[in-house]
Amino acid sequence: MSTPEMKSVMEPAAAQRELTLGEAIKEALAEEMRRDPRIVIMGEDVAEAGTVFKVLSGLSAEFGTDRVIDTPISEAGFTGLAIGAAMTGLRPVVDIMFGDFIALVMDQMANQAAKVHYMSGGKWKVPLVMRTTLGASRRSAAQHSQSLHAWFSHVPGLKVVLPSTPFDAKGLMKSAIRDDNPVIFFEDKMMYKLKGNVPAEDYAIPLGVADIKRSGDDITLVATSSMVQVALGAAKMLEDAGISAEVVDPRTTWPLDEETLVESVKKTSRAIVIDEGYARYGVTAELASVIAEGAFHYLDQPVKRIGAMHVPIPFSPPLEDVTVPTEQMVFEAARGMCRRS
Amino acid sequence: MANTKTSVSKQSSSSPDSGPDAYIQMYRKMAGIRLFEERVNDLYTRALMPGLAHLYIGEEAVAVGICSTLRSDDYITSTHRGHGHCLAKGAAPDRMFAELLGKEAGYCRGKGGSMHIADPDTGNLGANAIVGGSTGIATGAAFSAKRLGNGRVSVCFFGEGALGQGVLYESMNLAQLWKLPVIYVCENNTYNEYTHYSETTAGDVLGRPRAFGILAERVDGQDVRAVHAAAQRLVDRARAGEGPAFLLCDTYRYRGHHVGDVSREYYRSKQEEQKWMSERDPIGLFSDWLIAEHRATAAQLQSISAEIQSAMDAAVQFALSAPYPDPSEVQQDVYA
Ligand SMILES: Cc1ncc(C[n+]2csc(CCOP(=O)(O)OP(=O)(O)O)c2C)c(N)n1
Repeated sequence: MSTPEMKSVMEPAAAQRELTLGEAIKEALAEEMRRDPRIVIMGEDVAEAGTVFKVLSGLSAEFGTDRVIDTPISEAGFTGLAIGAAMTGLRPVVDIMFGDFIALVMDQMANQAAKVHYMSGGKWKVPLVMRTTLGASRRSAAQHSQSLHAWFSHVPGLKVVLPSTPFDAKGLMKSAIRDDNPVIFFEDKMMYKLKGNVPAEDYAIPLGVADIKRSGDDITLVATSSMVQVALGAAKMLEDAGISAEVVDPRTTWPLDEETLVESVKKTSRAIVIDEGYARYGVTAELASVIAEGAFHYLDQPVKRIGAMHVPIPFSPPLEDVTVPTEQMVFEAARGMCRRS
Repeated sequence: MANTKTSVSKQSSSSPDSGPDAYIQMYRKMAGIRLFEERVNDLYTRALMPGLAHLYIGEEAVAVGICSTLRSDDYITSTHRGHGHCLAKGAAPDRMFAELLGKEAGYCRGKGGSMHIADPDTGNLGANAIVGGSTGIATGAAFSAKRLGNGRVSVCFFGEGALGQGVLYESMNLAQLWKLPVIYVCENNTYNEYTHYSETTAGDVLGRPRAFGILAERVDGQDVRAVHAAAQRLVDRARAGEGPAFLLCDTYRYRGHHVGDVSREYYRSKQEEQKWMSERDPIGLFSDWLIAEHRATAAQLQSISAEIQSAMDAAVQFALSAPYPDPSEVQQDVYA
């Protein structure tokens, strides 16, 4: 960067700095940890190993194992401990290796963390972030493949974040850490290597603000997390078929930016909601109902929902592959809806 | 392994000293597990096996020492590192490989994979991918054995990592309160994934079951005869209605936490691995003993290995050429 010549070469690269989604999350954590000494990270194999997905690699070297702490395999125990620590002056970030293991921490999160502030009449706060994963397609079978973010979205007092790009991941992580409530941050295991532009400067994306990932006129594809890329892929296929799709990413299931969803559908009059959790009683059900209530008179047909098939995720590749929504499925559903009218 | 020439009629409650056959059978099982796992490693590194593979190599004496004291209708629960337990309890390698490759001929029709082998015919209640996830199930099987009076016992295999899970302690409390025929077998292979167990485990491990009044013992998990002898006592005792027990087996996994875990220097040294492999290998130790005691000749052991090798070739071939399940099966078996 010392000579002007080099600078001109570097500059576009700097402006278009690319990080993977995993790197973006790590950068947000590192920046916040430098800013705020109250932040500690804890979980299984988070320190030297940097998690099984290597998302945190290097953090223990910078911050020490007093702040990046390996725990026993005691999800309920260390989550409860983190809740207590959050109530008493720290800002813990706990790591639950696979989203499936949230089943082990459900009492701590749903009965304790979620309710402490309300039950104490606003006296105690739980500024806690729980990072965990979602998503199938890794041939990891039924106990390592679920997308269970709907469980937490159902509970008042919890906030739920679902980043779909490296840019969003960094900005949303900053807001999650700065929030005074328990926030669960779901990362798609298949997207850790996804690259995207991430500015080096400090920025935060508020929780509860949807993002239009692509604008269009004929149909709205509302998609979360892993399904945003699927929706964008489907939108390209639709474009080739002469259909203009808008892709809206709510980014958080709670708080939920109802207005952006409803406004988009008022414009397009058709909507498909896509989420990798189970469709039954799931996130797609809630989003579809928000759209149906808010844009009823604008809809030209019922809102369609696409989610994981209602089965435990099977191991065998040809079976697993049919359980997860694909671009082709979204494309066909959208084309069908646009043709019909 | 299934169709071996040496038949062991009294396999269930045989004392190995009742004859050389029982020892040879144990050797055969251990060698079989090792060679099975080597094939898994090979299939996985050649990208023929999807998902994850947690190899049991180095720990064979535990599964074989314990399961050689069990009846075929006794129960086991297993873990993510479960191939050895399943084979030791009587699973056939060909259907195991088929499951690992996601084929219809597999034990779970491809739905479970490596971490979820289950087989009622051999009393296998299932391998489990949740650490500590099967402690309740194993204890429940012991409860029904007692209630139904069928004389069965239940063995709960788990790694020392599961000592971190509260459900283990809730289960052990119930087991001792109700005098259930369950043996908790803790395989301490020294590491919870990438973390030494001393960094995750406070105090005295045996003090934990003992706090409930559960009989707890520790054994060299590389010595199959010692494991067998300890297990025989605890199993007989449980079968006689004297309640649960806890057996801590000191062992070591030779390979990575899973096959992809190749750069391990940041959590354990090559010298440490080498030391276990050269000085504490369960199969090496056992074959040395068999030869020294004139229970077998080196040539006999070699021919057993050769026999197993060709059986494994056939089993792998079977699995590779077996068909995948039809995608329409995906919605079968969600409900009974
Ligand atoms: C409840 C739960 N937490 C975390 C994991 C991830 N995980 C899989 S294996 C493992 C380590 C288990 O160590 P141990 O029980 O000693 O068994 P080993 O792998 O050494 O055989 C971990 C943390 C899991 N499967 N389940």
